[in-house]
Amino acid sequence: MAADYAYVGLFLLVGILFVVFTIEVLSRLLRPSRPNPEKLSTYECGERPIGGSWIQFHVRYYLYALVYIVFAVETVFLFPWAVAFHRLGFFAFIEMMIFIAILLVGLAYAWKKGALEWV
Amino acid sequence: MELGLFIVLALVAMASAIAVIIQRNPVYSALYLILTFLSLAGLYLQLQAQFIAAIQVIVYAGAIMVLFLFVIMLLDLRKEEQRAVKGGYQLLIGLLLAAILLGELGLVFGGGVLKGVPGEFSPEKVSALGNTQVVGRLLFTDFLLPFELTSVILLVAIVGAIVLAKRRLD
Repeated sequence: MAADYAYVGLFLLVGILFVVFTIEVLSRLLRPSRPNPEKLSTYECGERPIGGSWIQFHVRYYLYALVYIVFAVETVFLFPWAVAFHRLGFFAFIEMMIFIAILLVGLAYAWKKGALEWV
Repeated sequence: MELGLFIVLALVAMASAIAVIIQRNPVYSALYLILTFLSLAGLYLQLQAQFIAAIQVIVYAGAIMVLFLFVIMLLDLRKEEQRAVKGGYQLLIGLLLAAILLGELGLVFGGGVLKGVPGEFSPEKVSALGNTQVVGRLLFTDFLLPFELTSVILLVAIVGAIVLAKRRLD
């Protein structure tokens, strides 16, 4: 078990080193360095950037993130349920259906109130 | 090996937690918080709590951090970045409260106030069955009511956020 996680850790380490090495070391050695004001300007889909990047975002983004969290947490509970299901039987099935039904009320409410619409 | 890994993870967790409160830019704070969550996930793995470690990464480092970042963008904290930290009495009160908290922690963990009751699942049994399966079995039998209550709490969270946000939208 611990050895499996050692592989994960090794993978993580090699991944980080790979990115740091190629971007910070290798590309610095290989690339020519001829900067000019045009090249150093902020890239924004080929357009000239308008205003600063510190703008107030719309509250709608927050609503999407919150609805996302709710269903991420639901998935978190579904996972141990699925793993232990063969020992739990039909009763656990009913429990999970109640759980999902209560959350679906929330989704229905969000839908009805237009929180999922992008106007 | 195990102790070394623990020390590295604990140091990364503490250093990034301190960076969260020292950073003036709230977006950088949020990014350091992700690092704290990831090193905590590593500590959970060391405690043989694989399920919690996975949840820590998926829910905290993933979903909750997205929410945090959106809140930071929503609040428009441009001015916060330039504000200097006030010294003097604030620092003094902060240090005093930190000392009290440290004393409390020492009392709880050193004084043996926290003594768990050995349950049905011993560590050997848990590692034989698999962490997630044990969590599932207990959650859907003994801890059924807290589990079902979670859905109500999540429902309240959705409804509350929509009610609050709708007022701003209209």
